[in-house]
Amino acid sequence: MSLTLADLAVGDVAVIESFEVEQLPMKLIEMGCLPGNEVGLLQLAPQSDPLYLNISGAHLAIRRETAACINVRKLNE
Amino acid sequence: MSKNINVALIGNPNTGKSSVFNHLTGLNQKTGNYPGITVEKRQGVCRLPRGVKARILDLPGTYSLNASSLDENVVVELLLNKKDKDFPDVAVVVSDVENLKRNLLLFTQIKDLNIPTILVINMSDRMRRKGISIDTHNMEQLLHTKVALVSARKNEGIDVVKQHIAAYKTLSTAPCVAIDQIDTEYFESLRNTFPNQSLYKLWLVITQDVNFAKVERKKMEAQDAGHIRTASFLKRLQQKETIKRYQFINGVLKECYVKDFQKATDLRGRLDRVLTHKVWGFVIFFVILLTIFQALYDWSSVPMDFIDATFAHFSDWAKTALPSWLAPNLIAEGIIPGLGGIVIFVPQIAMLFLFISILEETGYMSRVVFIMDRVMRRFGLSGKSVVPLISGTACAIPAIMATRNIENWKERLVTILVTPFTTCSARLPVYLILISLIIPDERILGASLQGLVLMIFYLLGFAMALLAALVLHKTMPQNQKSYFVVEMPNYRIPLLKNVVLTIIEKTKSFVLEAGKVIMAISILLWVLASNGPSETFKNAPEEIAKTVSVHDAHYEQHLNAYKLEHSYLGIIGKGIEPLIRPLGYDWKIGIAIVSSFAAREVFVGTLATIYNVGEAEEETIKKRMAAETYSDGRPVFTLASGLSLMVFYAFAMQCMSTLAIVRKETNSWRWPAIQLFVMTAIAYLGALATFQYFSI
Repeated sequence: MSLTLADLAVGDVAVIESFEVEQLPMKLIEMGCLPGNEVGLLQLAPQSDPLYLNISGAHLAIRRETAACINVRKLNE
Repeated sequence: MSKNINVALIGNPNTGKSSVFNHLTGLNQKTGNYPGITVEKRQGVCRLPRGVKARILDLPGTYSLNASSLDENVVVELLLNKKDKDFPDVAVVVSDVENLKRNLLLFTQIKDLNIPTILVINMSDRMRRKGISIDTHNMEQLLHTKVALVSARKNEGIDVVKQHIAAYKTLSTAPCVAIDQIDTEYFESLRNTFPNQSLYKLWLVITQDVNFAKVERKKMEAQDAGHIRTASFLKRLQQKETIKRYQFINGVLKECYVKDFQKATDLRGRLDRVLTHKVWGFVIFFVILLTIFQALYDWSSVPMDFIDATFAHFSDWAKTALPSWLAPNLIAEGIIPGLGGIVIFVPQIAMLFLFISILEETGYMSRVVFIMDRVMRRFGLSGKSVVPLISGTACAIPAIMATRNIENWKERLVTILVTPFTTCSARLPVYLILISLIIPDERILGASLQGLVLMIFYLLGFAMALLAALVLHKTMPQNQKSYFVVEMPNYRIPLLKNVVLTIIEKTKSFVLEAGKVIMAISILLWVLASNGPSETFKNAPEEIAKTVSVHDAHYEQHLNAYKLEHSYLGIIGKGIEPLIRPLGYDWKIGIAIVSSFAAREVFVGTLATIYNVGEAEEETIKKRMAAETYSDGRPVFTLASGLSLMVFYAFAMQCMSTLAIVRKETNSWRWPAIQLFVMTAIAYLGALATFQYFSI
């Protein structure tokens, strides 16, 4: 079972592995959500949704349902 | 050498593009709309060295040329249409120093359109604090253009931008990325079909979902349907394109951009931990709202009373001092009170825009979007609906326009439909004057009681908006997957110049727009109130003489009351009285309500006009309302009727401009019609319940 962005805890840093292009808005991809880029989970809103991320320097928030479409590999702390 | 050159200012949102625009043009700017759509168009003039004049166009903020909204589409449409009179001779891409990588994506896209493109790196004043250093000379070589380091905050580097603009002809138009490398086969066949066209432009046209350049596209589709592949094929290519662009950008930045993380201070992180905290985030948000509404009440009463009194004096003066050919009665009783009814808003509107622009400029609004999204989704809204709902407290029109960045159509439609429930500034004077009449000026636990009541009505508006959204959410089908991407900009201290310009611009356009309606209605009302049908109106003196002696001290007053009652206006008012009697209103209030359907702010002005017609002595509107009684001596404005009236104004859809904008944004008369009838029905029932409850 692969790990997704939605499984991370606040403070975790991971590398984006893969995703289905159709599942993500173009805007997110353009903001730097691309395979190989580093992503950190900065904050969670109430009920853990949306997620506040730092994707290779871009600070943005996405919903849990979108985050669950992005496979990641966790980096060791 | 006096040719005017066209300059397009382009950039991601939150890069300080508007500040750069304000510095380049100063007060030499004007705001309008793009033809046919309600996207705001800001233009200005900038004088360059050697007498060259540059027309600067501030295009809507966008992250890329792959437009996903109406605002973004404006940018693409302009850049692809060489025949447009605004087509830029030179494009200025504004980026900010911390998000340079992401900003450069847009830069490379524009550069690849073969337009001379200057790169402006704003917020250079933050470089040292963030441990960033940039080798601009090297960067200019790698990007084949001119780069200007600018601090709009400190007004540094603007002259360099001007010099670069003036020398635009020397800029290279070589592209950054060879588009055909993305998919050689696809682009080869594209080149064979359209040998003389720029491949990147063709590619943009193909991927543009929004109705860009319909004619051209049709021609293309007819010629070669093979290039319009499935959406997912195109999207895959777009992703490849983005990767290619980032590869190029990373290569550039590696050479000339250094960030020393040791030196970076993490103010953002510390503030975010508090402002987006699961508990504190909400507490702080609520406290901010509370403070705004208290301030709105406490700070505005002095200027408001002053304006009120000034207009009363002015009207008094006009009555006696103006020559008869100027129709002094029309001016003193119709126009001046009508104008007073609009000028009296200026303090609060300016203050509301002040608070809203501060919330936006500091970057706090994005945090509110973040913490509110989950809550708002329960009501079928998006976290992004918070911005329209809050700016709806200024005016529903810009608020409805602000819904454009909500990606999901259903969430956006629901937001548009419920936004008019939020207490806009046009309701404010109605509330203020009624509250000052019916709520005692006392303090509870240090807070003004009147201020609390005002806040309750603001909350009532929000609550109704949420309730309506919930009902719509449950009844409308879910149509698509919801995309939600919010940029969380860095925290910034708002620029005074930006805030002041926003306040001036918004207040001015509001007063002018509303002022026109109010003037027209005031004059119309005055004419209707000063004329009447048949003999009953003309014979007023004789009729009155039957009951009251001409020498009676109150003769004049009786005469005027009689005249008003038998005027056209009186007849209309009397006609609708049975309908509004259960709500606790007399026929004069009825007239004010009817005229308010054009625009709510007409209410105070209308009452001023009605009450002043034939008055021997001008008084302030408030005093006049307090003194208004039924024939049996009971006051018209009581706690029950006042609250009932406020509830009516809280819920009723009384604004033609809002209906017009909803029609434009939803592209159908169906939604504004639903708003008009449903909201007004809710208002009537709500007011009825309120009056009956408080009358017991």
